[in-house]
Amino acid sequence: MALLDVRNLSVEFKNRRGNLKALDDISLSIEAGEVLGIVGESGAGKSLTSAAVIGLLQAPGYVSAGQILFDGRRIDNLPAEEMNRLRGREIGAIFQDPLTALDPLYSIGQQLVETIQAHLDLNVDDARVRAVELLQETGIPGAAERFYAYPHQLSGGMRQRVVIALAIAANPKLIIADEPTTALDVSIQAQIMLLLKQLGARHGSAVMLVTHDMGVIAEVADRVVVMYAGRIVETGPTREVIHHPRHPYTIGLMNSIPKLSGTAERLQQIDGAMPRLGSIPSGCAFHPRCRQVHERCLRERPETFTAGLSKVACWSVKEEQVAA
Amino acid sequence: MKTEMDMGSRAVAVSGLAKYFDTSRPWLNRLLEGAPKQVMRAVDDVSFSIERGKTLALVGESGCGKSTVARLLVGLHQATHGEIRVFGQDIGVVKTKAGKALRQKIQMIFQDPYASLNPRWRIKRIIAEPMLEHQLVQGEAEIEKRVAELIATVGLSTADLNKYPHQFSGGQRQRISIARALATQPDFLVCDEPTSALDVSVQAQILNLMKDLQKNHGLTYLFISHNLAVVSYVADEVAVMYMGRSVEMADKDSIFCAPLHPYTQMLLEAVPDLEMSGKARQAPLGEVSSSSNPSRGCAFQPRCRHAVARCAEERPEMRRVEHTLVACHLAKPQWLNARQSASEGS
Repeated sequence: MALLDVRNLSVEFKNRRGNLKALDDISLSIEAGEVLGIVGESGAGKSLTSAAVIGLLQAPGYVSAGQILFDGRRIDNLPAEEMNRLRGREIGAIFQDPLTALDPLYSIGQQLVETIQAHLDLNVDDARVRAVELLQETGIPGAAERFYAYPHQLSGGMRQRVVIALAIAANPKLIIADEPTTALDVSIQAQIMLLLKQLGARHGSAVMLVTHDMGVIAEVADRVVVMYAGRIVETGPTREVIHHPRHPYTIGLMNSIPKLSGTAERLQQIDGAMPRLGSIPSGCAFHPRCRQVHERCLRERPETFTAGLSKVACWSVKEEQVAA
Repeated sequence: MKTEMDMGSRAVAVSGLAKYFDTSRPWLNRLLEGAPKQVMRAVDDVSFSIERGKTLALVGESGCGKSTVARLLVGLHQATHGEIRVFGQDIGVVKTKAGKALRQKIQMIFQDPYASLNPRWRIKRIIAEPMLEHQLVQGEAEIEKRVAELIATVGLSTADLNKYPHQFSGGQRQRISIARALATQPDFLVCDEPTSALDVSVQAQILNLMKDLQKNHGLTYLFISHNLAVVSYVADEVAVMYMGRSVEMADKDSIFCAPLHPYTQMLLEAVPDLEMSGKARQAPLGEVSSSSNPSRGCAFQPRCRHAVARCAEERPEMRRVEHTLVACHLAKPQWLNARQSASEGS
């Protein structure tokens, strides 16, 4: 049984003119110890998916359909109090901006001790020992002295390490990392990616890694889910999706990424832009930008087909299969 | 004008450029607490030149001084030392009346297309402003015609001219910024991270557009970026900066195929491996330290795997090694091969 099982999840936003569907029929699962990457451009709904899983949807957003099962138990309809207990202990979270995730008025030691005591039955001294261990584990040099430092005294990379230490404080089964390296320089990004990988392997925690950066996915994720306009367009093992993308959007996305070894004079581009929530096209949401659009794509939303090791929501992939 | 611009094939020449910022405590604290004067050397002794119609990419991590260089080049900062010549003319005159013609030839594209367009102006006015400022066009009809040309050049339609910035996506806004920059028919564009706020599929559109414009208008670019993959796509030459100094400068192929400075090597190694070749890699060491207390020696020495005693004592000067200018005591042409055989051996 999967550790996290999201079934046909839809999230809508109420507004004066009716409901906007921000997530539309999302199904995904994460096995224990697995790193699942969720990739997409701004507005694809990747952060919303992670917010829904962790129960942090902001009103007027709400789960309009579907279920979220964690460890076999339904968590999308839990009362706030029970969700609070689950969050942090069973599901840890790492957010994009490490400065806003930390309280500027408390030393990082105080914040760690508070978090540890909230989830584990330890006295202050033991919690303190555990806090220093966590700082060491996340690769902060001079952990015992840094215990007393305030967030503003640390660099961006160090802050992100503290946020990671907070997230793993209670040894959660699942860590949700929403753009954990986006605010960091490349050299620091490489350090943090390596750290995430090591921690996942050492503790057997599953990781849900949300990012816009295919490079980060390639480095860290076992499997990847590609999202577009609130829907999943392709999912499969990372290597398969990167080397043999099948959905026209994934193909376009891979081709538009400049590569170090690239020799092309021009990048292949996807014309147009991601649709806004209020005006998602009929049928396949990608059809106005797609190069192999069929008449059927305009009318009918594509079902998900198995193609090789991947699953793809595209009519033309289906056609190819029928032809072959 | 014409003859002046023909001087030298180098469109832009910068030598010994430096910009120091005074970061001292207020004078009262200095007086009462004896706090010392402090100077932040944001840019320190940087030299480069750009050939007409080519692109020089300035690469480095946050705080290395690359944006300060951009601002110095367009005259938004006054240099502490050094000289900047654009089309043979000293940029020092840029703020004077005589500098107006020069100013027209230099334009800038900013990183954040949400902050660089006035939200209360229509697109038409945003694009027309530089032309009106420089009195390049007279009369409604002519302005209208020019603006329509410009908006078409960047791939938007004339129907968009009456809209406001908030009605556009990030990529479209960056197109508008480019149209505005082109309004004065400049020869030199300073682009400070023009695509780093954009999604990859949109980034590809903007990079392609910038390349096309360069070809059609013979533009010279200074392209600032932290993304090496983007740089490898747009640049002809690359300068790598670390803590206010340039550490390596060469043509694109030398930088990407045979990087000589350990910092450049580290940056290249840190780029995520999209090919998933499964190569083993080491995480980069350490972080950039604060540039307000520079050490005597090489600034990169605390993070360098190859550092020797001399690196802590003596600051390496830029010197030529094969096709590359590099500021490292240890850099030598065979280094790359030595490194490769070492990693194969282990």
